[in-house]
This record gives sequence, C-alpha cells and structure tokens, in this order.
Amino acid sequence: MTAESKQPFAWHGKLERNITLLGVCALVAVLIGGIVEIAPLFWIDNTIEKVKGMRPYTPLEQAGFDIYVREGCYLCHSQMIRPFRDEVERYGHYSLAAESMYDHPFQWGSERTGPDLARVGGKYSDAWHVQHLSAPRSVVPESIMPNYSFLAKNDLKAGDMSAELTALYHAGVPYSKDAIAKANDDLKTQADPNADATGLQARYPKAQARDFDGNPKRLTEMDAVIAYLQVLGTMVDVDAAAAQEQLAKEKGR
Amino acid sequence: MVTVLSRAGIWLALLLASILAMVGAKDTGFAIQMGIVALATVIGLWVSISKPDYSRLANGLAPPVADQSKYYDDVIRWGVIATVFWGMAGFIGGLLIATQLSFPVFNFEPYLNFGRLRPLHTSAVIFAFGGNALIATSFYVVQRTCRARLAFPGLARFVFWGYQLFIVLAATGYLLGITQGKEYAEPEWYVDIWLTVVWVAYLIVFGGTILKRSEPHIYVANWFYLSFIITVAMLHLVNNLAIPVSFLGSHSVSYFGGVQGALVQWWYGHNAVGFFLTAGFLGMMYYFVPKQAQRPVYSYRLSIIHFWALIFLYIWAGPHHLHYTALPDWAQTLGMVFSVMLWMPSWGGMINGLMTLNGAWDKLRTDPILRMFVMSLAFYGMSTFEGPMMAIKSVNSLSHYTNWTIGHVHSGALGWNGMVTFGAIYYLVPRLWGRERMYSLRMVNWHFWTATIGIVFYASSMWVAGITQGLMWREYGADGYLVNSFADAVAAIHPMYVLRALGGVLYLSGACIMTFNVWKTIAGSLRDEAPMYNIDHHAAADHPLVAAQAA
Repeated sequence: MTAESKQPFAWHGKLERNITLLGVCALVAVLIGGIVEIAPLFWIDNTIEKVKGMRPYTPLEQAGFDIYVREGCYLCHSQMIRPFRDEVERYGHYSLAAESMYDHPFQWGSERTGPDLARVGGKYSDAWHVQHLSAPRSVVPESIMPNYSFLAKNDLKAGDMSAELTALYHAGVPYSKDAIAKANDDLKTQADPNADATGLQARYPKAQARDFDGNPKRLTEMDAVIAYLQVLGTMVDVDAAAAQEQLAKEKGR
Repeated sequence: MVTVLSRAGIWLALLLASILAMVGAKDTGFAIQMGIVALATVIGLWVSISKPDYSRLANGLAPPVADQSKYYDDVIRWGVIATVFWGMAGFIGGLLIATQLSFPVFNFEPYLNFGRLRPLHTSAVIFAFGGNALIATSFYVVQRTCRARLAFPGLARFVFWGYQLFIVLAATGYLLGITQGKEYAEPEWYVDIWLTVVWVAYLIVFGGTILKRSEPHIYVANWFYLSFIITVAMLHLVNNLAIPVSFLGSHSVSYFGGVQGALVQWWYGHNAVGFFLTAGFLGMMYYFVPKQAQRPVYSYRLSIIHFWALIFLYIWAGPHHLHYTALPDWAQTLGMVFSVMLWMPSWGGMINGLMTLNGAWDKLRTDPILRMFVMSLAFYGMSTFEGPMMAIKSVNSLSHYTNWTIGHVHSGALGWNGMVTFGAIYYLVPRLWGRERMYSLRMVNWHFWTATIGIVFYASSMWVAGITQGLMWREYGADGYLVNSFADAVAAIHPMYVLRALGGVLYLSGACIMTFNVWKTIAGSLRDEAPMYNIDHHAAADHPLVAAQAA
C-alpha cells in the first residue's frame, strides 16, 4: 500500500473503487461549464437589446412558424445575419437578439443550403412566394429546394390557437388575455380580405391582414407560411436613428 | 401466477390508455403515434401471457434462478442485430438525402421531402445505430470488466425494447411532421418523457452491474460509459423542457426561446457529439482496441488526465456553433477558447488508443478488424483537430453555414463512430454466437476499403464545396459589388454534391457487405477462403546444407 500511495495518481484509486463518488464527480465536472455559460444569459441585462417594434407573432404568423418548423425549413435556411459586409449587403442589417426573442424554439439555423431568411419579409410579393414554394425551380432554376405545393392544397388545421398562445405565454411571450381569448378569430381574420382587421391590428401593431395565397375563399397552410415569411425581419426598424443610437451604446456583449 | 396476472394487467391497462389517447387525440399525427404505442403494448401483452411456463406454475414451482456464473448476453445479441439494422436504415436515408441535394426531383412531397428526411437520417445514425451500439457494447463490456453477470436482466430487456420504441416513435413522427424543431433533439415531448424513463432504467442496469462487480477497480471504459449516461440524461432533460399545447396532442412549445434557446440547444447539440459520439465511443475503444490488439492500454495516467479533462472541457464548447451571431461576445469567446483547449484531451484519447498497438503494429497487415479500429482512431484524431480549428472565430466566419461543417461531422461520424462500431461488431458476432471466426475475413477487408475510400470522397468533396461556398458568398468585384448571387454558389457546388453521394454509395456498399457477413456468421457458415496472411515458411528449403560440405 505504501508503494502504491506514492504514485502520483494514487488518489484516483478511490474514485475507481466507488461508483457513487465517480458518478458524482463526473456530474460536477459536466455541470460547471453549462452553469457558467448559460445561466448569466437569463439575468444579464444587455443580452437582449431594448429596441422598439418587437411584438409577439399573430396567431396566423405563429401557425406559419409551426409549419416552418414542421417542414424542417431551419435545416437549410438560417435566420441569423452575421455582422459582415457581404452578409449585410446580401441580406440586410445584422440580426439582433431581440428579433428572435419570441421564437420558441429559435430559428437561427446552422446551415445555408438555401439563403438566410431573417429579413425576407417584404422582399418578394405574396404571389412570388406562392409560385416559389409550389415549384421553386420555376422562379430560381438553380434551386435545389423541394416542392411545397401541398401547402396551397391543405386547409390550415392549426388546432386551438388559444391553447398554443397560452403555452407560449407560460414560456414568456407577452400575449395579453385579450389576444389569447380572440386567437382563433384572429387566425381567420388576418387572411380574410373581407373581415375587419382593426381589432387584430390593435392587438398586433402593423400586422398585415390580407389574403396571402391568392385564394381568398380558403384558409390554407400557404396563407400561414407566407404571413410568417412576410413578417420576418420587419418588426424592428433597425436602420432608424433610435435603433442605431441604442446599438451604438452597446457595450460588453 | 400472481405475477403473470399482474404483468398482463399492467399491459392491458397501458393498452387501454393508449387506445383512449388515440381516440381523444387532437391531431392525426398523435393518433397514429398512440396507435403505434397500442401495437407495442399488444406485443408486450402477448409475450407476457405466452412466455411463462404454465406447467411449472401449476405445480407451484418457483421460476428458475439465473446462473450467476454466466454472462447475460441475450440483450447484447439483439443489440448487435439492431445496430446492423438501424445502421443500414440510417445509411440508406443518408444516401437518399444526398441524392435529393444533387437532384431535387428525388423529393416526394410531403412525407419524403428533405426537411423531414434529414432528422430521420441524423436520428437513425446517431441514436438508432450509435445508441444501440453503445447500449449493446456497454452491457457487454461492463459484465466482462466487472466479472459479474448483468444486474436486472428484465430491466435490461426493457431498456432494449423501450429504446427501439423510442426510435420508431421518433422516426414515424418526423415523416408525419411531428418535431419540436431542435437539431438532434427533434422528438416531441411525450417521446422525450419515454426516453427519460428508458434512460433511467439504463443507468440502473449499468450502475447495478458495476455495484455487484468482482473486480476491485472500475475499468476505464466504464468511466466513459458512465459519464456518457449521466451527461446525456442532464442534456436531454434541460434541452427538451417544453410546454405541451395539449396533453392529447403532439405539439409543444419549447420552454427556451431566442438567444437563450440557441445556447441551450448548442450546449446540448455539441455535447450530443461530445458525450454520445465521443465519451461513449471512447468507452467502446478502451475495451475493444486492447482486446483485438491483445496489448494492455498504453497509459493509465494518460487515461485519467484525458478522461477528466475531456468531460470537463467538452461542456464549454457549445457556443462555437454560434460565432458572430446575436449571442453575447463573452460567451462566444469562452466557447472558442475551450474548443481549442479540447484538442489536447481529444488527442489524449487517440494517443492512448494508437499507442496501445506498441509491439503489435505488425498485426495491421494481417488483421482487418484491428485495421478498422486504427482507422477509426486516425479519423478521431483528424476530426478532433479540425473541430478546434473550425471553432476559431476567423476560420468559422468562412466555414459556418457551409458544407465544410457537414464534411467535418461526417469524418467524425463515418470515420470514428462508424469504423469503431464496425470493428466492435466484427469482434462481438463470433463470440456472442459461439463461432470460430467471422464468416469471411476477406469481406471485412473489403468493407474496410470501401468504407475508407467512401469517407475520403465524402470529406474531400465537402471541404471543396464548403470553401467554395464561403469564398463565393464573400467575393467582391473591383466595382465594389458582390460578385455572386446565392443561386450561383448553389449551382457551383452541384458536382461536389454528386461526388458526396458517390462516397455515400461506397460507404453503404461496405455496410451491405458487413450485413451479409454478419448474417452468414450468425447462420453458422464459414467461408472457404485463403487466409489473409501466410507465414513466410518453406519447409522444403528449411534445412542445413549437407551436400555442399561433402563436396
């Protein structure tokens, strides 16, 4: 025993003889990194910029977000513009943390098999999106995107949007009681050109209400997806003087 | 009899619950998934009724006691077969999506579009192929290195079948569009809860076996397996925190969103690589490489240092997936620094594995199985150098979002994880089924070469594609404008996509050879073939020269 205890790693023998000790030490070793890196993001104030314009998604946009996730769009399209000259020129102002604060889960992506979509809202017409989603190569010959023509054929079955907004509310998205109660009506109103959208727009400032898929008689999955795509990157006016002033003051991020 | 009845009762209750959930489901996907659960409970019910020995029960005899002097290998045999099966499924899925990226006509909307098939491919190879390999080998290794029969064999069977149910629920869910949209953590809330139950059972079986060991020391392979099981449990629980929209529907809302969600996800995602695909597989390496080389592990001290350094440092590396994003800079920098540091313990594992061959390097010429292990360690070394390099911010500014990342992942997955698993399968199959050797060692050699050449095609085409994309995206002309549209870069890498698919064909054909070889070995055949190596000995010439002396 004396000969063994003089070895530089003799202490390790204790861990090798006791699975509880070994397991606890391993757990402590793997806990530290996560706690130091992740936990502060929940309380350091400047993690998310305080910029004007961010609002939760409307029920229709959220339903579009859900289809975007369902179809795995995030596997080929990022929504995170990095602060490089070429990216800013190609896609627009670099992305702010605030702009994805209501995305559960985040859609930053990891791969650009297709282009970034963080600021795609308003860049193309609704009709272009319908055509592109249904048959991508009819508008971009080099594209390798799959066809999503079924979106225009499927009626939107979003389920109970009040329940979904409630779940999002519990995850920290600030939906009002009013917004939650009227969610199922708002879903239909936003894509119905004949409906009165004033209530919707009071709850969701600057929400765009119109028929998105070119077929006003039906509420389809295509309506939801395009409503979502058209709002991407449009909530915060990043180039406005006030926003630029706020960003210039950023320190220690 | 009471236990038989109560078991059947539990299965019946589960069957009724799943049927009720199916009837009350809020969406079709959830109804189909509950139908699958109901089917699984029917099978469980049937087995629990048909399996017991009723004549024994009628005579009031106690069930036979397990022989503690024999290892419990049934569940390992199933695990090896499941590994081969899911491996083939995952590789075929990978080839299909590689073909889709080369030729988009191979997308069949809506169920077989790329976006639904990619999670199917990644989950099939990581969790189905890799997971089954880890569970099977860990049960094999922990028994041998502890010199004790597996604890709780019934629970071990539950772990195996429960894990297969998890895979089937996850896979069918992706095709139906049921996903929570987090890479490598796509299964929805109810599947996550099920996996948690299975995982706790796994920890109990593994830890229980270590507790009843006859050897005083816990062998190094088991440190890695243990840390893998514990850490994956932690990552899985935190990253999958979600609020179900309805308890009878498949959809849930991730608890974390935006920037915090991004870091939680990549803390999970990077350590799925770090613990599932690295720590767990190092456990495999630490048993099978010394056994196949018939040499002791090179350095005990190195294994201690690199084990603790590896598990401590890996956890910090997640933010390198979020360089130059809206994640605060301090977190990005921490991620980069720890990723670079991680190079050393990673190479510690590679060195300990490779140097184990000290004095046995000649076996590489004669033993294709050992060659597989060495090639896997070589790829482990290469991809754990490439990883830290890509985690440096300036390199990452070019490589991020491109196919370079895909190439990097596959040199690790195909090279390291794939090869070490194939080696372990070739080691295990003859031993588990009591055969003299594999059906054909020459086929193992063929598998080795097709797989290796396949990986070379894969990795090099993706390097070229990734660097092409990175350079084309940032290229400016003399006029100060961007030179290329995004679509130009898509068109430019088309040949590379085709070459990558070709690499996939080679890798898959190697796996087909393995499947055939394993099948024949289990069936009990031995291929009549020339041995891989003949000793250089000519008996006729091997004598003293007598006649010359006489003359």
